[in-house]
Amino acid sequence: MVDRYLEDGIIEGRLDDDAYEQNFADAYPPLDKHEALVAADRCYFCYDAPCVTACPTAIDIPKFIRQISTGNVDGSARTIFEQNILGGMCARVCPTETLCEQACVRETAEGKPVQIGLLQRHATDHAMRNDRQYFARAEDTGKSIAVVGAGPAGLACAHRLAMKGHKVVLHDANPKAGGLNEYGIATYKSVDQFAQHEVDYVTSIGGIEIVNDSRLGEQLSIDGLLEQHDAVFLGIGLGGVNALGVEGDGDEAVASAVDFIADLRQADRFAKVPVGRRVLVIGGGMTAIDVATQARLLGAQDVTIAYRRGRENMNASHVEQNQSSSKGVNIRHWMMPVEVTKTGSGALEVKMEFTELSGGKLKGTGKFQTIEVDQLFTAIGQTLASGDAIGSIAVEGGRISVDDEFRTSNPSVWAGGDCVAAGEDLTVTAVAQGRDAAESIHAALSA
Amino acid sequence: MADLRNDFVGIKSPNPFWLASAPPTDKEYNVVRAFKAGWGGVVWKTLGLDPHIVNVGGPRYGAIWGADRRLLGLNNIELITDRPLDVNLQEIKSVKRAWPDRALVTSLMVPCEEPCWEDILRQVEDTECDGVELNFGCPHGMSERGMGAAVGQVPEYIEMVTRWAKANTRMPVIVKLTPNITDVRYPARAAKAGGADAVSLINTISSIVSVDLDQMAPQPTIDGKGTHGGYCGPAVKPIALNMVASIARDPETADIPISGIGGVTTWRDAAEFITLGAGNVQVCTAAMTYGFKIIEELVEGLEQWMDTAGHANLDSIHGRAVPNVTEWQYLNLNYTTKARIDQDSCIKCGRCHIACEDTSHQAITNLVDGERRFEVIDEECVGCNLCVNVCPVENCITMEQIPAGDLDKRTGQDVPSEYGNWTMHPNNPMSDAAE
Repeated sequence: MVDRYLEDGIIEGRLDDDAYEQNFADAYPPLDKHEALVAADRCYFCYDAPCVTACPTAIDIPKFIRQISTGNVDGSARTIFEQNILGGMCARVCPTETLCEQACVRETAEGKPVQIGLLQRHATDHAMRNDRQYFARAEDTGKSIAVVGAGPAGLACAHRLAMKGHKVVLHDANPKAGGLNEYGIATYKSVDQFAQHEVDYVTSIGGIEIVNDSRLGEQLSIDGLLEQHDAVFLGIGLGGVNALGVEGDGDEAVASAVDFIADLRQADRFAKVPVGRRVLVIGGGMTAIDVATQARLLGAQDVTIAYRRGRENMNASHVEQNQSSSKGVNIRHWMMPVEVTKTGSGALEVKMEFTELSGGKLKGTGKFQTIEVDQLFTAIGQTLASGDAIGSIAVEGGRISVDDEFRTSNPSVWAGGDCVAAGEDLTVTAVAQGRDAAESIHAALSA
Repeated sequence: MADLRNDFVGIKSPNPFWLASAPPTDKEYNVVRAFKAGWGGVVWKTLGLDPHIVNVGGPRYGAIWGADRRLLGLNNIELITDRPLDVNLQEIKSVKRAWPDRALVTSLMVPCEEPCWEDILRQVEDTECDGVELNFGCPHGMSERGMGAAVGQVPEYIEMVTRWAKANTRMPVIVKLTPNITDVRYPARAAKAGGADAVSLINTISSIVSVDLDQMAPQPTIDGKGTHGGYCGPAVKPIALNMVASIARDPETADIPISGIGGVTTWRDAAEFITLGAGNVQVCTAAMTYGFKIIEELVEGLEQWMDTAGHANLDSIHGRAVPNVTEWQYLNLNYTTKARIDQDSCIKCGRCHIACEDTSHQAITNLVDGERRFEVIDEECVGCNLCVNVCPVENCITMEQIPAGDLDKRTGQDVPSEYGNWTMHPNNPMSDAAE
């Protein structure tokens, strides 16, 4: 195995199976009952709690934690799901260190917040493991809504619409529902097919028909959907990937981080996912962190993230950065790629220019360093896919323009999640937007 | 270093910490471990006449807990010793011989007939232990048989049995009182009238600690049934302190030595009992929760505090707080305080605000200029101290006295400089001022 570990090129099976198992185990193992009680005891049950304000879905955190501490774990899960039906995934992937746990008064007091994310997972896992259903469909309204995109926004929207008694057809371009929960999250954050379990849990309310391999601009059009439905919700995410835009970036060894993460999630064996010995990741967000960390876990010996600005400018949280560093990823700042060339041995030489801020603008310094790697990943942001035929719907900054109820410029079309020009690109934000759009759709259809 | 040596009714011990009569003092094995750990004395678990009693074979304890399952209150349905009298007597004799510098008092409970007391006292005297404690306190099991609290709840019986005990032994007699009465001064007076050398209190409080909601039965549950037990531990300390102080303040009993019992867990608890009139303290639940090693913290903590505060020995703190315990009617109604919140240590949990807003005086903000901020509104603050008690950060909220002559924004009046209590207040129909 050690031979393969040191082999140049992009190859499979750099580690033995035990190492893969260990590397891709649950990143933050769940709290057992005792641990949950100890953690729950630390909550002060704050008034107008800062953690709730910090949560995009405004889960009543003090209440659900108090319910755990009194042994009412079912009630705790209900409290969570009332605000966030994807509370299970959010408990796994939310950057709690920049949301609820950052706002926790015990972070202020002791630098050690209540473990809100893990407590939320404790309650939601309990409910989902025991298939506790808290919501039922209202009487059928006779209305039908097409939800395009079965990611966090679409699922949350579909569930809330189903609660109201509407019929939902949930389209997704991929063979599986779940969106980024299924294709875009680091493997060790969502083990044991959790995303699919969650899709099943959410849709088991009834009244939701899932249609896979159904893509806007191919099988679907907005006009066509509006002919068959009373309203449309777009939760189509950002299907396009920004290119580096430097000479040589078309090489086959230059890959999209998003695709790599998706392929890894869908792989049936980690040993079959090829990865370079020397890997360079360009970017500074969660995607860059996820791809770099997972490349290391797959056996890449030397993994570097290069970001054109400073540590404080990275979108990835400090916790994520530290997690990545602890796995051996080297994070370098103030450098950007300017040219990629192929060497005779098949490696890539990436010419990096050091950068600096000048008058508030980022610019090259004219000083360079060349880094030789086997594989280069780009994680420099995503855009609406060019093929997403959203027609005449207004766009701002490359994303769909929405009002505060997530209505688009088309009065029968709502949108939420990463594809809209509102809020942060977080699972929890998408859930909030999908849920709130559903309330707006319901109000419009009930008028 | 402060001198912790204790002389309680002539019984000497190297420190004022005795283990109370309870499971930790039921056997030579346990008591020797306690003495090795450093305990000043023990009251041996209550002896009775043969044939010895039997305990339940199921659970004997129930509890309530605070955060992180910290044991706050313990309830038990265990009875007096369930070992033969002779075995206990031999062990007491052996322990006293081996540990002459430690206090060894024997707790007793026999039927209310003088020959029974005469008989057991004679046998106990042979052990050469230091004294006896009459158990008039046990609220469960034994009281149904006319012993324990059944005696302690009737002052005439206390006096009678105490008199028998004094008549039949040369040893010091300590009378252990039950808190399951309306006014502890009456049993204390009865003990004194019977000739008791000292009283000890409190014994456990009658209690049902919890109900098993599956079995629909009190806990601890024995084959589907439960019974009331005796409650002890940190939760009962305030009740015990008040009872100790009541006896210390009562002119009829002010001179009777008191062994303070009830929830003593830390050196500070012990100091509090002693300042309210206890000559020493007895400990049980803390040892049953953490083991005998806590004696180190008790002794060292008390020494450290006494050294820092300049108290040379136990006499110099004994009863020192008693003169400052008074009746409500003598409290100075002109003394005025307001809460003050230290914004630097405030963690913005908002508990002070919601406690005051929902349940008290609407005297703490939650927003100031649109920002989350908690400030006292002097115009509304009555100085009640609730915010201090619910605040999770020690000393973040404090009560500040408004000096005499300064405006109390709540009343719109200047704070009076003179002392004024309820007996003098114009609103009191019976006040001196109104006459």
